[in-house]
Amino acid sequence: MAERSFAREVQDLRIGEGEIFRGEGILAVTKALLQSGVSYVGGYQGAPISHLMDVLSDAQNILGELNVHFEASASEAAAAAMLAASVNYPLRGAVTWKSTVGTNVASDALANVASGGVKGGALVIIGEDYGEGSSIMQERSHAFAMKSQMWLLDPRPNLPSIVDMVERGFELSEASNTPVMLELRIRACHVYGSFAAKDNVAPSFTLRDAMENPTRDCSRIVLPPSNFVHEVEKIERRWPAAVDYIKARRLNEFLGGHQGEIGIIVQGGLYNTLIRALELAGLSNCYGETEIPIYCLNVAYPLIDDEIKGFCLDKKAVLMIEEGQPEFIEQAVNAILRNGDIQTRIVGKAVLPRAGEYTAAVVRDGLDAFLRAHARDLLKTHSAPVAPLSAEEQRAVAETTPQRPAGFCIGCPERPIFSAMKLVEKEIGKFHVSCDIGCHLFSILPPFDIGNTTMGYGLGWAGASAFNAKAKKRTISVMGDGGFWHNGLTSGVGNAVFNRNDNVLVIVDNGYSAATGGQDILSSRADNKTRTTNNPISKAVRGMGVEWLKEVNTYNVGRMKKVFKDAMTTAAKGPKVIVAQSECMLNRQRREKPLRDKAVREGKRVVRTRFGVDPDTCTGDHSCIRISGCPSLTVRDNPDPLRDDPVAWVDNDCVGCGVCGENAHAAILCPSFYRADLIYNPSAWDRFRARIRQAVIGFVQRRDDRARAKYSFGR
Amino acid sequence: MAQARAIKIAITALGGQGGGVLASWIVRLGERCGYIVQSTSVPGVAQRTGATVYYVELFPEAEARDRTPVLALMPAPGDVDIVIAAEMMEAGRAIARGFVSRQTTLIASSHRDFAIGEKIAMGDGRQSPDVVLRAAQKAAGRFIHADMAEAGAGAGAVISAVLFGALAGSGALPMARDAFEETIRESRRAVKNNLKGFARGFDLALAAADAVQPAPPAESSPTPTPESPPAPAVAPLLERLERDFPSASHVTLKEGLRRCVDYQDVKYAQRYLDRLESVEAADRAAEDYRLTTSVGKYLALWMTYEDSIRVADLKTRASRLARCREDVRAEEDQIVHIADYLHPRVEEVCDLLPKGLAMTILGTPILRKMLGAVLGGGRRLPTSKLRGFLLLRLVASLRVMRRATYRFGVEQARIDEWLSAVKSEAAGDYALACEIAALPRLIKGYGETHERGLGNFSAVMAALGRVRAQADPVKTLAALRDAALADEEGAALKAAIARLDDRASAAA
Repeated sequence: MAERSFAREVQDLRIGEGEIFRGEGILAVTKALLQSGVSYVGGYQGAPISHLMDVLSDAQNILGELNVHFEASASEAAAAAMLAASVNYPLRGAVTWKSTVGTNVASDALANVASGGVKGGALVIIGEDYGEGSSIMQERSHAFAMKSQMWLLDPRPNLPSIVDMVERGFELSEASNTPVMLELRIRACHVYGSFAAKDNVAPSFTLRDAMENPTRDCSRIVLPPSNFVHEVEKIERRWPAAVDYIKARRLNEFLGGHQGEIGIIVQGGLYNTLIRALELAGLSNCYGETEIPIYCLNVAYPLIDDEIKGFCLDKKAVLMIEEGQPEFIEQAVNAILRNGDIQTRIVGKAVLPRAGEYTAAVVRDGLDAFLRAHARDLLKTHSAPVAPLSAEEQRAVAETTPQRPAGFCIGCPERPIFSAMKLVEKEIGKFHVSCDIGCHLFSILPPFDIGNTTMGYGLGWAGASAFNAKAKKRTISVMGDGGFWHNGLTSGVGNAVFNRNDNVLVIVDNGYSAATGGQDILSSRADNKTRTTNNPISKAVRGMGVEWLKEVNTYNVGRMKKVFKDAMTTAAKGPKVIVAQSECMLNRQRREKPLRDKAVREGKRVVRTRFGVDPDTCTGDHSCIRISGCPSLTVRDNPDPLRDDPVAWVDNDCVGCGVCGENAHAAILCPSFYRADLIYNPSAWDRFRARIRQAVIGFVQRRDDRARAKYSFGR
Repeated sequence: MAQARAIKIAITALGGQGGGVLASWIVRLGERCGYIVQSTSVPGVAQRTGATVYYVELFPEAEARDRTPVLALMPAPGDVDIVIAAEMMEAGRAIARGFVSRQTTLIASSHRDFAIGEKIAMGDGRQSPDVVLRAAQKAAGRFIHADMAEAGAGAGAVISAVLFGALAGSGALPMARDAFEETIRESRRAVKNNLKGFARGFDLALAAADAVQPAPPAESSPTPTPESPPAPAVAPLLERLERDFPSASHVTLKEGLRRCVDYQDVKYAQRYLDRLESVEAADRAAEDYRLTTSVGKYLALWMTYEDSIRVADLKTRASRLARCREDVRAEEDQIVHIADYLHPRVEEVCDLLPKGLAMTILGTPILRKMLGAVLGGGRRLPTSKLRGFLLLRLVASLRVMRRATYRFGVEQARIDEWLSAVKSEAAGDYALACEIAALPRLIKGYGETHERGLGNFSAVMAALGRVRAQADPVKTLAALRDAALADEEGAALKAAIARLDDRASAAA
């Protein structure tokens, strides 16, 4: 089960013509797919498109009714390869992933499908993880579209435009026999809005039809001589066909005014930001009605030469708003104009930053610089809003505001792995740690500060494969269960076995692809109605030929530490794999908490555990926090008037995982941690024992209190 | 040219705080009241404890008629009508990003949720919210702030409910209270408590609006508890304090006395004053006797060092178990079992033995090992059950023998050494003496933590000669103390001390 349940939203996928769909951008895409008669959908989860996968996963009934197959693909490469179904058959298919990372993984299959071309519409929906909120390297997916000659849609970020572009995307794909990429930026994926729905359409030609009536066309396979033919086909036939379709269906929009010496070309996805910038400059109203001509590129690739030339012809200067780098569009527009001998100045990166997200402020400033240089008369004399604080005051606030790096959740089972690693580090000295992609990568941040590199999803062990040399210290690599099944089993474990690696791998087996939203994977423990789970990682690792393998419960920090130390110091040669197991706490709480609350309400005996710190034995050193970093383990004022530093304390979000206590033991920290078991609906036996205890303990305590009262300092 | 405009709302929160819930309530509220609504967020990894922004725009449908407003996906600096910050420093972040301007109603929860960088400091790494408070007061058109987290906890509601109430109470949105409450009801989750939280938020905002100026922080006015006189057993101590010590030091020294008596006995408190007497003699009225006060504070803490007797004593008190119940929010009469995580090592046991025996064990590896085997690893002692309680109570009762323990002798010797350093400095460089007096702050914790702190303290004390040789010894010593608190490995301190040597040799 994924982190978020879409049981309610799924019902919205059924609505039809005349009804209004309300929801997130990425859910609108899901609905649009069904309206487009898609036959199959696949993908790999990851922000910002995880919800598309989660919704489809929750919507399998509806998909079944429409004969749509949904595949939770093993990787983006697997998802992209699915598009092969559209090569020979008139089947519409869509796949989705986080980009550019997912596109990197998928590119082998993408390049193949783009070379041979498709008969049925093939749509690749990419969540462009760029700018604020992104967790990956800052690159553009645009380059992939260019290199494989796939078309790239970049719709205006409102639901009607996005939905329309999904439907047009399939048509464009079929008209030009080319897979089409639909790019949605992070905020567009999460934008909440509405659109007028249409009826869902069941595909007229189904997967079953294809399987029972197979056809083949050898010329679609990438092998000489066809591969050479494909390239020519792309240039001579598919590209012009795409241009014709884009022009005929007016996928790009001419907005704003029609006259004037300047104009603006903007990527569709940045249109709303541009309009807000114009509005702030007094050049547009809130409906986007402006005198300045705007050419909105809902298709970012290919460019339509005629449209660009026509737009620029009567203008002295055109502002090009293109986010990211290299500035492919700006360069291409310049080439188109120069080849057409049109001397319009294209002003893009000259006034806008080469790198970084184009926020409202960035576009506002770029627009201002452009107008200053090329259309001073348009600059309104309106007084710019007075900044309420001086630059110095602003800076003081920024400096006071603490950084909040992402970290492990409360009770996270991955935290004790790194606590144990820190303890081992204290004993045997520092060692090289190769990280992977997943929640566990937060180890590189405070308080753990563990990890040297991360080379991609599932590539944790491969990232340390060079260190296969004789040395006095071994390396440790980390891999999540998600990355393990994605490719780490082969690229990491298989690679290490084959190359006789002598180093250590720890696989974080928390039962889910946790960082992407808690989706089930092969080794998940839960029963899943539509997937096969419960395939142990250890079995796969052994099957690969690993002999030294230990499974450990992560919450037992002492044991975790011992296993790490064994692996690092054992005389045994060969790859060493530790499978560190405990269920993702976020998922566990979501599953268990309602059950527990229900049991309490029903009067059943329930024990709830949580932890605490005694302020009068805590001396305020915070070693416990440095070795844990649990959000629930924090500080508060020292109640002792003589002490300077705040004491540690456990706030009320504690889920009782016990790592703080385990750490206190394993690191021999201090006697301040206590565990409290709160008993709901106690049995008669509980109450009887409690009475006895209270009688004895109370007696002793009252006597002690009386003795202390003799030495009271009064008030 | 443009008359109509959207109402723009930014919510800044920590991942997991429920900013998304608040945003979705505002969306539903807008739709209920005839607005075209758009909201966005960038959760990503920020979901996992990072800082995150949710953004909502509301546009009156009636105004739009058939046209479609173009709504933005992110706040523009200087163009946000309402900023809701679910934590004080997140209000700071909103200000730093320029979201807060004269057109803005800023609604902030004044509580602090400390960031990891603030928590891991070896001393006090907390940032004070004062800078943010002052900036908010200056920057925002209206600034409504109160501890919404506590209000929420009191009502059993999520903080979002309180903030939603404060939004309603602020009047910054043109919707009636009913519409807000109906939105919460419609969510069908924890409706009763969330409405309670909502009402508290509403009232907090109203109270803030009524106040002509920001309400003064609720001063913890001297509680009118009846004055109870000191017990006869300790009265002579207090008399001596009043008679022989400057009044500027009384508050601290009285606390020190209380602590020494609580730790050991009246005689031990007498010793505390004996030690302080010679410091006071070297102190200066012109300096308001700050040396005496400072020594009084650290001397009390040091004399009441945490040995196993002390820990067992504190752990078994009635007040302690009552506080635990409160901290874990146990219901009245609920049965709560408390188990303590204790890890007595050979060292801690030897601390309690007579000197000769302790030294023999500590000096004989085989004995150490045997005792270690007996002690085993860490244990979870059930303090609220008879077995655990009585065992701890037994250890606590060793207090009468404390003066005979190995650790007692060691600590008293260390204390005297430190005191004589303070006193000998006082006649010369008074300010430096005050810095030396505050050095025991470095000694904290138990086991290895304690050893590390003590090691740092000793290293700094050993460097005193070289500190004196510097141009500004007071500043140098303060810098060494900060360096000692900079990292666990002691790298910063080592480097700082090495720099002293460099400078010394450069000077020579």
